[in-house]
Amino acid sequence: MPMHIGEKDFKKRVTKGLEDDFMRGAVRSAQGRLQDKRATAADELGDWEEWRTLGSEIRSHTIEHLDYYLHQLSEKVAELGGHVFFAETGAEANEYIQKVATEKKAKKIAKSKSMVTEEISMNEALEDIGCEVIETDLGEYILQLDDHDPPSHIVAPALHKNKEQIRDVFQEKLAYLKSEKPEELALFAREKLREEFLSADLGITGCNFAVAESGSFALVTNEGNARMVSALPKTQITVMGMERIVPGWEELDIVVSLLTRAAVGQKLTSYITALTGPKQLEEADGPEEFHLVIVDNGRSKILGTEFQEALHCIRCAACINVCPVYRHVGGHAYGSIYPGPIGAVLSPLLSDYDEYKELPYASSLCGACTEVCPVKIPLHEQLIMHRRKIVEDEKKTTLSERVVMRGFEQLVNSANLYRTATKMAPFLTTPFAKNQLITKGPGPLKHWTHARDFPQPANERFRDWFEDRQKRGEKNA
Amino acid sequence: MPKGNIINRDSFLTNVRDKIGGIAADKPVKKPSWSVSPQKKVLEGYDQDQLISVLREQCKEIHTDFYQTTVAELTGTITEVMEEYESESIVYSDDPRFDNANMEEYLQGLNAFKWDRNDRENSIKIAERAEVGITFSDITLAESGTVVLLNDKGQGRSVSLLPANYIAIIPKTSIVKRMTQATDYIHAQLEKGEDIASCINFITGPSNSADIEMNLVVGVHGPIRAAYIVVDDL
Ligand code: SF4
Repeated sequence: MPMHIGEKDFKKRVTKGLEDDFMRGAVRSAQGRLQDKRATAADELGDWEEWRTLGSEIRSHTIEHLDYYLHQLSEKVAELGGHVFFAETGAEANEYIQKVATEKKAKKIAKSKSMVTEEISMNEALEDIGCEVIETDLGEYILQLDDHDPPSHIVAPALHKNKEQIRDVFQEKLAYLKSEKPEELALFAREKLREEFLSADLGITGCNFAVAESGSFALVTNEGNARMVSALPKTQITVMGMERIVPGWEELDIVVSLLTRAAVGQKLTSYITALTGPKQLEEADGPEEFHLVIVDNGRSKILGTEFQEALHCIRCAACINVCPVYRHVGGHAYGSIYPGPIGAVLSPLLSDYDEYKELPYASSLCGACTEVCPVKIPLHEQLIMHRRKIVEDEKKTTLSERVVMRGFEQLVNSANLYRTATKMAPFLTTPFAKNQLITKGPGPLKHWTHARDFPQPANERFRDWFEDRQKRGEKNA
Repeated sequence: MPKGNIINRDSFLTNVRDKIGGIAADKPVKKPSWSVSPQKKVLEGYDQDQLISVLREQCKEIHTDFYQTTVAELTGTITEVMEEYESESIVYSDDPRFDNANMEEYLQGLNAFKWDRNDRENSIKIAERAEVGITFSDITLAESGTVVLLNDKGQGRSVSLLPANYIAIIPKTSIVKRMTQATDYIHAQLEKGEDIASCINFITGPSNSADIEMNLVVGVHGPIRAAYIVVDDL
């Protein structure tokens, strides 16, 4: 699956999201539950702000010295007998992975969840040379069976599907005979996927965090599929985005603790697996051969720019789970495998403004994303920088849009107002959920809604978004 | 093992360095001392028994059965868990600690297979069919309810993964506050120039997924049930 997913047209994607009632219900309840769990887990950890400070310091330092840590990582992996390939583009990465698969005469490849392989369309590249690639994360497996339906959330990729739909997919594709009970569906998938793990020639994993000091990398999962992929096939390839690295084990502790709490509200997920090189002598299971592929694919373009902090992201999805716009339009509307606030920041950077220029506008700038981000990425400020760049640097837009920009700036520059607006966010999202349009509110809310009602230029896509919402409100009333 | 290949590194890292204006990659970067260390404050001052209480409570959160016993009673406790899980066949790691805890004889009397470090195919085949996998915990994290397995040599990555149920034997002395103490231990190994285990597993309860309508389902790929047995005099 390439980075770009679904309809080419932003408006159509948004409309489709707005029309999908189940999806919106599911998103709403998932957001609510994940958000609550995150908040509880953060409370339990004690001083959450201190944790965030530490997370942010670690990520800043690592990215500022990325060349050094990647060098150290590759030395360590090679010392252990693993091979390291540095890929500047997705195409280079795919070519190398194809080469390894061909050398190993791999027919069947078991894969655990990995965003970067989606980003570079690795599955397609392997299918081109006749390999069968099996997604083994339950959510990804469901999507793959359903003729490659795109993911809609980075932690819960099949969030937009209900259990009846999943049952139907299993029935149609695998002659499944049981009910839509999640337990029965999962048990069935377990049995099917067991066979695949045991017969796979090659295992491919992503990487949550590499550890430079020891040449290790950590996989964070709940299901255990990444463990299967790294225990059973004889050859293993791990693909990592070049920024997914920490200096040492001390830092691994911090980023993993932040990730599991911010993502799913767990102290730790069921499995955190830290792998170091291929299997050693006197070990029966584990890969005999190990390859690490480090992917740039546009990331270095971000280094040294005002967007460098976007590379601090640890992919926890907390910003997605609080975002009122994501809540309303769903993951597919972003047209990228990276949805939500981080997707709106990252997608135009990894691709370009031509493809994703609407995304920086798919935000209310309420700042809730920035407040929850465990590594303190100033997401909404980055969105404003994008808008400024689009409007001013690139001169791609009309005069009226530039007027809007100044409006947003005024709002955001008034720090007090911004903070109050953020606090009001929970109240605002409830009427959102009921499809009621807020036009006026008391106190600070008035300013907030005032900003929402800011004169929109004719080609402002969110105009349509509001209109649609209004129509739906009438219909449901 | 011969050194592996490194391909395309120079051009790749030169580009990165140009962008961030870094110094040459082979000049060591000094890690700063971080301004805060909240991880050190978690469960500060707790003694071993208090940590066991934390672990016991956390087991409820992670759908894991908790037992506490002594070396003398250990085999009895395992029999109890096996009955509870309606299981007979066992795979266990090739680990001298089983002998030290006087368990070899007991296990030999059961339908139990000791992981064979020299026979990949057969070991995996048996582990895949076993109803219960048993290992020792090397480091146990009270806060999260996690057993840390330093999987190398005879430990077998599959023992705690493929069977339908999993039992971790937890020496009381292995219990620490949180992940921080485990990563400190691994870092210290590296500092001393020791090899670290090729696969370090942090296991927190049974396998699970929330991929279907956000409902928690236990036992997706790994074990469906998990039991922790804390042994007071180990
Ligand atoms: S930007 Fe921050 S909150 Fe969003 S996914 Fe990345 S780390 Fe998580």
